[in-house]
Amino acid sequence: MPTKIEKDSVTGRETTGHEWDGIKELNTPLPKWWLYVFYACIAWAIGMFILYPSIPYGTGYFKGVLGYSQRRAVDAAVAEVAAQRQASMDKIAALSFADIRKDPALLEVALTDGRITFATNCQPCHGAGGAGRPGYPALAAGAWIWGGTLEDIQQTITHGIRSADPDARQSAMPRFGADGILKPDQIQAVADFVHAKFYGHPPLAADIAEGQKIFAENCAACHGDAGQGNPQMGAPRLASKVHLYGGSLETIVSQVTNPRMGVMPNWNTRLDPATIKALALYVHSLGGGQ
Amino acid sequence: MSDAVMHGGVAESVLGPAPIYNDAVVKKFVIASIFWAIVAFLVGVWIATELTWPAANLGLSWINFGRLRPVHTSAAIFAFGGSALFGTSFFVVQRTCRARLWGGEALANFVFWGYQFFIVMAALSYVMGFSQSKEYAEPEWHIDLWLTVVWVCYLLIYVGTLIKRQEPHIYVANWFYLAFIVTVAMLHIVNNMALPISLYAAKSYSVYSGVQDALVQWWYGHNAVGFFLTAGFLGMMYYFIPKAAGRPVYSYRLSIVHFWTLIFLYIWAGPHHLHWTALPDWTQTLGMAFSIMLWMPSWGGMINGIMTLSGAWDKLRTDPGLRFSVTAVGFYGMSTFEGPVMSVRDVNALSHYTDWTIGHVHSGALGWVAFIVFGALYYLVPVLWHRQRLYSTKLVAWHYWIATLGIVLYIVSMWVAGIMQGLMWRAYDQYGFLQYSFVESVVAVHPFYVIRLLGGVFFLSGALIMVYNFYRTITSPTTEAPQAMRPAPIAAPAGAFGVAGE
Repeated sequence: MPTKIEKDSVTGRETTGHEWDGIKELNTPLPKWWLYVFYACIAWAIGMFILYPSIPYGTGYFKGVLGYSQRRAVDAAVAEVAAQRQASMDKIAALSFADIRKDPALLEVALTDGRITFATNCQPCHGAGGAGRPGYPALAAGAWIWGGTLEDIQQTITHGIRSADPDARQSAMPRFGADGILKPDQIQAVADFVHAKFYGHPPLAADIAEGQKIFAENCAACHGDAGQGNPQMGAPRLASKVHLYGGSLETIVSQVTNPRMGVMPNWNTRLDPATIKALALYVHSLGGGQ
Repeated sequence: MSDAVMHGGVAESVLGPAPIYNDAVVKKFVIASIFWAIVAFLVGVWIATELTWPAANLGLSWINFGRLRPVHTSAAIFAFGGSALFGTSFFVVQRTCRARLWGGEALANFVFWGYQFFIVMAALSYVMGFSQSKEYAEPEWHIDLWLTVVWVCYLLIYVGTLIKRQEPHIYVANWFYLAFIVTVAMLHIVNNMALPISLYAAKSYSVYSGVQDALVQWWYGHNAVGFFLTAGFLGMMYYFIPKAAGRPVYSYRLSIVHFWTLIFLYIWAGPHHLHWTALPDWTQTLGMAFSIMLWMPSWGGMINGIMTLSGAWDKLRTDPGLRFSVTAVGFYGMSTFEGPVMSVRDVNALSHYTDWTIGHVHSGALGWVAFIVFGALYYLVPVLWHRQRLYSTKLVAWHYWIATLGIVLYIVSMWVAGIMQGLMWRAYDQYGFLQYSFVESVVAVHPFYVIRLLGGVFFLSGALIMVYNFYRTITSPTTEAPQAMRPAPIAAPAGAFGVAGE
């Protein structure tokens, strides 16, 4: 089709003379502002290339005249806030729990630190406010497996439970069913006893004396005659309304047969000692501290 | 506009009769695009519900968020957007080349059914838990190979048609469509280079590792935005806006300059997806700088789209389909300004990993991509089915306003949620401790997730109105064209300048 340049009556511009399916094009020059902003962007980009690490060559790259490094920029920002809390954290590290609690201003700093450290690190398992979830102990209820004093909590957080830390708290309940120490009907009897005597439900068996006898012979050494537990060896208190894995008969049978033994990480590789101290103060303050 | 123009007739006296175009395959793609639009929007609404109330995953692994999310993105980008691009590109290339599709019926049909098969296979594999864990490139190797075959056939048809054209020049819409087809082929092949663990297993490992894998992935991911969601739809814009407005394209020169600058600059911008990661500083700087330089080339398309309406602004009152197209160009301009801003390293430190990104993506996906497609569909359906007009212009207006409101709810809620997340994550208290935990930021954005969900429901409702309107357009006797105007008249007299045949 021959080129046929026309004049557009609306804009007064000429067309290019091309036409496709009725579509024509105006020969409008580039908008000035568009061109200048485009040039400005290119100039800005060249400025970035000069100031910051940019053009690669062979095995290296141009480092930029500002000497900028992203890693250093982040390190500096992190160091700035670390410096802000440094004085308080040094005091928390140096003072005993008792002395920290005597200093209301310092205690507030510690509890503020403890709150955010707990929310970031502990809450996913132990729940908001330390309410606990099946398999993850409640921290606000006072049902401490390994003791609820500030020092106990600090120890547990620092070294963990059944963790890789050499000083981790260790306990292992025997696998009464899986290892054949007790027969299924014996397990049923002892579970029925625990369920009735300590959890306060009506027993299934007419006589719980059999279960009581099995309990005395196999369980009482750790969990105590009255099911009071033993925080020294991490034996949970059974005479309680707070249960680690749940309070049903099935759960008790399952736990006696083939006990689940949870793991808590040792936080000494992720949190510094002062932060762990602040965290212990916070956990202690949730309502269950001894 | 007269029916003659809508049927693509150019003065027969000058050019001879136009060939009989292959519109059957275009129709199929139009139907597929509409179908997948509803699927994409519905799944989007569902996963927005899951994000708001996680119990909505009903405990079923195959509809959990992780599996449905790629169904949503693939349905929106590749199924809805892709089918619209295939369909309109076949429509446009035939008319602007005055040539029937190269390769015959069978090849065109193979591309249609082959592509639909790809979509269904990909979606099924996602819900069954298969994924190579690359965003927008989730399908495993066997599905990738199949898509490669289909895509090469698409390229052959397109280039074949361009080669046998009867027009001396190649229209700008075709440059953009071709850039889309060629670049997506390159991106798809390079990013999906992987070694299957076995010929019989839907599991493979990428040949790239570590940060190089991440960079290749985002070179792909960003150019999926640049060439699939931008270049392709600019091709659509360059045909349907001048066509519906009945006005010449604003500036030929601008179309050349913004085409080549866009093509050249886009391909380098991917690293801005990896700011503050293990990606080397120099690569991040380059990605950021190229993104800033990309701003004006992107806006070149917006200027050409909007300024083409000068002298025809009144048509926005009477043609709500055109209103979709022009609003799309507006959203395109907004997104392509927001994108470079977010690519700046220090802005990105706030915006990265937040819902701001989600809002940005949707102002592009809903505002630009979906709206430019709706504009094209409202033009195409009466033309393809030889109807005199749409069943109801009023329903188009309803669709327009409901969908626009939906977009506004969506992007504003995500802006607020995103900036709030970014600020909460970096907030320190007076003692120098983090002020908020992550879960507190999740709680804080919940109301905005509800608003986002509402926006999605609006957008879906608008699309359902469109489906009803199309159904009635195709079946209702009131939209039937008078006998004299059917079928596709091609012999319109060479008309006054502006709109041929008017």
